[in-house]
Amino acid sequence: MTVTVNDPLVRFVDVQKTYDGEHLVVKKLNLDIQRGEFLTLLGPSGSGKSTCLMMLAGFETPTHGDILLNGQAINNVPPHKRDIGVVFQNYALFPHMSVAENVAFPLTVRKINKTDAKKQAIRALEMVQLGSFADRRPGQLSGGQQQRVALARSLVFEPQLVLMDEPLGALDKKLREQMQIEIKHIHENLGVTMVFVTHDQDEALTMSDRVAVFNDGIIQQIEPPAELYERPANSFVANFIGETNTLCGEVLRAEGRECAVKLPNGAEITAQNVIAGQSGARTSVSIRPERVQLSEERPTATNVFEATVIETIYHGNHVRVSLDVAGQKDFRAMIRSGNIHADLNPGHKIFVGFSENDCRALDPISA
Amino acid sequence: MEQVSTNNNNQSEGLAQGEDEIPLKLKLKRAERMRKYRAMALIAPLFLFILGVFAIPIAIMMWRAIDNPEVVDNLPQTAIELSNWDGESTPTTALTTAFASDLVKAYEDKTASTVAKRLNYDVSGMRSLVTRTARKFNSTQPAMATMDDFIKADKRWADLRYWQALKRASSSLTPFYVLNAFDMKINDEGQITSVPEGQAIYTNIFWRTMWIAGVVTVGSLLIGFPIAYLLANTSSKVSNLLMFCVLLPFWTSLLVRTSAWVVLLQKNGVVNSTLINLGLINEPMTLLFARPGVYIAFLHLLVPFVVLPLYSVMTSISPAYMRAAESLGAHPAIAFVRVYLPQTLPGIGAGGILAFILAIGYYITPALIGGPQDQMLSYFIANHANSTLNWGLASALGMVLLVTTMILFSIYNRLTGASGVKMG
Repeated sequence: MTVTVNDPLVRFVDVQKTYDGEHLVVKKLNLDIQRGEFLTLLGPSGSGKSTCLMMLAGFETPTHGDILLNGQAINNVPPHKRDIGVVFQNYALFPHMSVAENVAFPLTVRKINKTDAKKQAIRALEMVQLGSFADRRPGQLSGGQQQRVALARSLVFEPQLVLMDEPLGALDKKLREQMQIEIKHIHENLGVTMVFVTHDQDEALTMSDRVAVFNDGIIQQIEPPAELYERPANSFVANFIGETNTLCGEVLRAEGRECAVKLPNGAEITAQNVIAGQSGARTSVSIRPERVQLSEERPTATNVFEATVIETIYHGNHVRVSLDVAGQKDFRAMIRSGNIHADLNPGHKIFVGFSENDCRALDPISA
Repeated sequence: MEQVSTNNNNQSEGLAQGEDEIPLKLKLKRAERMRKYRAMALIAPLFLFILGVFAIPIAIMMWRAIDNPEVVDNLPQTAIELSNWDGESTPTTALTTAFASDLVKAYEDKTASTVAKRLNYDVSGMRSLVTRTARKFNSTQPAMATMDDFIKADKRWADLRYWQALKRASSSLTPFYVLNAFDMKINDEGQITSVPEGQAIYTNIFWRTMWIAGVVTVGSLLIGFPIAYLLANTSSKVSNLLMFCVLLPFWTSLLVRTSAWVVLLQKNGVVNSTLINLGLINEPMTLLFARPGVYIAFLHLLVPFVVLPLYSVMTSISPAYMRAAESLGAHPAIAFVRVYLPQTLPGIGAGGILAFILAIGYYITPALIGGPQDQMLSYFIANHANSTLNWGLASALGMVLLVTTMILFSIYNRLTGASGVKMG
């Protein structure tokens, strides 16, 4: 079988994994990873994302199914022969070696002579702006610096694939954002395929070409970030990525791509029928808070409700408003600070409106 | 501790802003004083206990290695006259007279035998010489004794080396026992020389002690390392059971364990008969009262001491290191040698030094299981302390062990830093 550039680098084919023989951690995974892409596996803890990464790295074996690398099944290839760089959550820098020795380690185990290895290691360290730290011990570096060293070490032997298991989890917010951009730039410059595991949705959205949202051992949706945010395929994704309002109800009429949903208090709402089903089916309608308009006058939008302001919180560039809409007390709206045309004091009655294009009728969540 | 001191620094920096006249250092000291006193009060019982029953007795025993009171205390006049004697000319009448009268007095006080025994350590046969002379002078009670009187009492006194031995023993401190522990002595010319070949035993025994301790240390590290590795890298259910097995020997008295080995290792004991029944050997092996038995019993004793520090170090090594090394292209064996093993060095050092120090000091095991060729320094210390009552030599040998231990420990400390030794 010949491998062309267009073939995926990695394929998971019907992969299952169980640790105890009773409960499947990964249920039935089919996933293609394209050459040069930055793919993020996103999901809550226990969703199976790290297990997938460890199976790809070779530290876990699939209970069922195949993992193909360049078209070859690698289920029985030991980790050290896979040529995959891994960055671990706590960096796993070898404490008894200097920074340069750490970075040179993958080269020295490949029998590259010491001077060349050292040269390449220094070059890799310079790539992450740590050229002057070569002779220090990992323990003398800050968390962010250790992170960079780990990154340099996983890249120095030019692997075809780099895996990162929540590599930024231990860093503070500011450093994390800086590292996100830095990793992104390295990815763009080197063109290496990266698979990144995180439970932080912001991280996933800012860095990735595609994001695979995991829950319950299943990929819920795999799309580019914008797609994922704008068009979540189900309630889990809608709630996990970004913030959303959920209105539960029952489908009254399903007409083509649209449907009318009846809320418990009798009000009707027109929404995109994503996976709501036919009339009579239970559904939850998801609306992003920033797509909600608030006004004193009845607006012209398709879906308009009367609402009572419960609380208003000022966030600088935007204002968050908690509202009582159609009997639901935690309905949130996010309004840009310069765009407020209503009295948002608690207890005040106003109108909320939103377009039917921003309402997505998804699978019901048990509320 | 570090945390505390950092906090204090922060506080003092904060206070430095204020305009107080009392220096910050002093204020800090005052603030910390109560805490210091409380810490001292908490330490005090143990400190006093250790001082009273451990440090002071050891210091006293060490003192005995150089203490030399027998001649000075019991033959006071003689000691003074001996210091005036050059050691080569014929002893003066003043010396012989003083010696004779001291001997008579010592005979009456029943201390002559103590002196005789002490002198016999240096020159064998001198015990009988001194006691006999003392008895004779006691019966004749000469007012003045000359060299001739001594030769008449025992003609050996004509030989100057007995007088020289007397002179050597007449100072209140002596290097005699310490030199003896290294198979050396001060000869009749006053120079330090090695004792004749046939009498040199302690250097041999010292190296034998080191050898046995070294072999069992290496052996227990080889046996203990895999166990510790398994303990640190298995489910808690298995590791609890294993840990129980490792600690089991601690729950039995040392004497019982050693005696059990005596039973097991006999010619017709369980070990031999099992090996014969398995067809591994034809003749029973000599295990008891021989070196193999000593090694076996020692290993049994020391493995837990090696496993515990190794285990504590290994549990702190994250499995991510091995995974990282493998993902970077290292074969598991190479990853183990280059990444895992170096990180266990503090544990290997701590376990090894502990096993070695324990081994060089163990007494019961070689005494019960070993033959005459397997006895270690501690056996001779016990022998001199209990049987021959040569406490000076026992103390000197003890000092050799103590100093060896301290040297080893300081080397270890230098190599690993003080943080190296961790238990549990």
